[in-house]
Amino acid sequence: MSQAQIQGVQDFVQAEARLLNQARYQDWLALFAPEGRYWVPLGGDAQSESDTHNALADEDRLLLTLRVERLLAGRAHSQQPASRSAHVLQLPQVDVCNDHHAEVYTPFTYVESRGEQQIWLAGQWCHRLCREQGAWRIALKRVNLLNAGAAHPAIQLFP
Amino acid sequence: MHRAEPMSAALPNLPLHPLVQDACVHRDLYTDAALFAQEQQRFFGRAWLFAGHGSQMPGVGDFITVSLSGQPVLLLRDAQGDIQAFFNRCAHKGSQLYTQAQGNVGKMLRCPYHAWSYRLDGQPLARPLKDGYVGTGLDASPNGQGLTRLAGVQVYREFVFVRLSPEGLGFDAYFGDALRAIDNMVERSPVGRLEVAGGVLRNTMACNWKMYLENINDSVHPVSAHESASSVARQMWQQQPSGAPMPMAMEQILPFANGYDYFDQMGARIHPQGHSLLGVNFSIHSAYAVPADYQAALEARWGAERTQEVLQRSPQNAVLYPSIALKGSPLSMRVIRPLAVNRTLVEAWSFRAVGAPEVLLERAMTYNRLVFSPMSVVAHDDVHLFESIQQGLLAQGQPWVSLHRNHVAGESAQSPADTNSANEWLMRNQYRAWAQAMSQALPSELA
Repeated sequence: MSQAQIQGVQDFVQAEARLLNQARYQDWLALFAPEGRYWVPLGGDAQSESDTHNALADEDRLLLTLRVERLLAGRAHSQQPASRSAHVLQLPQVDVCNDHHAEVYTPFTYVESRGEQQIWLAGQWCHRLCREQGAWRIALKRVNLLNAGAAHPAIQLFP
Repeated sequence: MHRAEPMSAALPNLPLHPLVQDACVHRDLYTDAALFAQEQQRFFGRAWLFAGHGSQMPGVGDFITVSLSGQPVLLLRDAQGDIQAFFNRCAHKGSQLYTQAQGNVGKMLRCPYHAWSYRLDGQPLARPLKDGYVGTGLDASPNGQGLTRLAGVQVYREFVFVRLSPEGLGFDAYFGDALRAIDNMVERSPVGRLEVAGGVLRNTMACNWKMYLENINDSVHPVSAHESASSVARQMWQQQPSGAPMPMAMEQILPFANGYDYFDQMGARIHPQGHSLLGVNFSIHSAYAVPADYQAALEARWGAERTQEVLQRSPQNAVLYPSIALKGSPLSMRVIRPLAVNRTLVEAWSFRAVGAPEVLLERAMTYNRLVFSPMSVVAHDDVHLFESIQQGLLAQGQPWVSLHRNHVAGESAQSPADTNSANEWLMRNQYRAWAQAMSQALPSELA
């Protein structure tokens, strides 16, 4: 792992958070590999990838596209008023990185606000990145929420 | 609590409760905190509430804790293998005996505060400094009698129901034929056994519990309420190359895009005591494929005719009023718990049908995640609307909520009955049961 490689991966993760914070959801979606997956396991960090256990969200490109298109179409009742989000990241920790593959661990806090309401979540992003046409793409974005199994109000955007 | 103004039109039946008229209900049912407190006692106290499932407590000493009507409850499997239901409160000073969601008590229950202990049947076992109680009257007092049992506990095919009040209908009279919805789920297992599996998705919403229970029976709202999700899903699917295999998620979301006629023709059955079955004829779940070897395994256990009956029945929702809504396919259950007049907990549970292909559990988990998760785009529009109603009903001037669709005078005497699924009889039926309980004071109130 060269310092340049590490820096490149850290930049990728921080740029991703910026796209979400700026509500640029189509640009965010484009960061996913064709087989990419966005996963918020119900068991948080204790859940292994092979567990038969549910998730708050477990979405491939098709379902993520549905989510983003719905937000952008402007006809979602639950988005009047619209939700906004802020991700505050710790420095991404690059655990594995070579020319084709990277694994990154990034603690975060997340605030989602809508009108007078605001929710606050915390946890870790665990990225598995792959290299496609000279750029990093998300193969897996796993979001471990500290209180994944708790009763939640609507979480409408992307922790 | 506000008093209801009398309705101007003459009503054929004398209402059981001033806030529940033949075809409309008063907004206080959803917004009045004093009425909510009374409802916890009179209505929820007398109802048989779902408390847990036997598969959560397979071994002797296994327990779960749950809050019902604001009261802490402990379910425990005793040495005989039976389920006991106690209030989760030490007989001494009231500490909860267990504060985790589930576990095993070992050979006895023991309070963490002063080490009072109890047998698995709730009888007192030991206390430290026992000489200090000689001649104090403790043994004859309520505090000396061990753990307090709930007034009623009934296990039906591993579904554990409890009644908090000593008063109320017996279990069979309360549910009647509505229990066939549980049979339909259990008999999807070739060995007749379900297991809770895959975790429980849990939601809080800032609305009264009645918005949620009405909506479970509301087959008219998907067209407008879920348009933002279903229209995008339909467009996206139309852009896929023809012949592309349909992913399970699409198979489950696309039927939400069906029209009013579809949702009206699925049919409904009205049961006494507020229970109901929506989707008697068909439902958005009817088209899921049935593996051939699975069907053969069911036929070997239940016979061809019964198997046919079970598999053809994929109702949209069976409501065992007021605590659960069931789906046979996918094997999904929603549990509805009122927390406050304007706050409700809704859980989505998945079941494994033991001996059936794992795809059934996968279907239940996928459906619950797509439709009942706090992150579900389908639920987002529902929850927004429930919370919007909670605010809208604060408006003064016109206090009534309309449940007039397809109302016919005298219908209340006819249940059980079959009807069209858009008929708001499904909701009127809930409020008739509610009014019945709410119009009668409990003996504890009269004392």
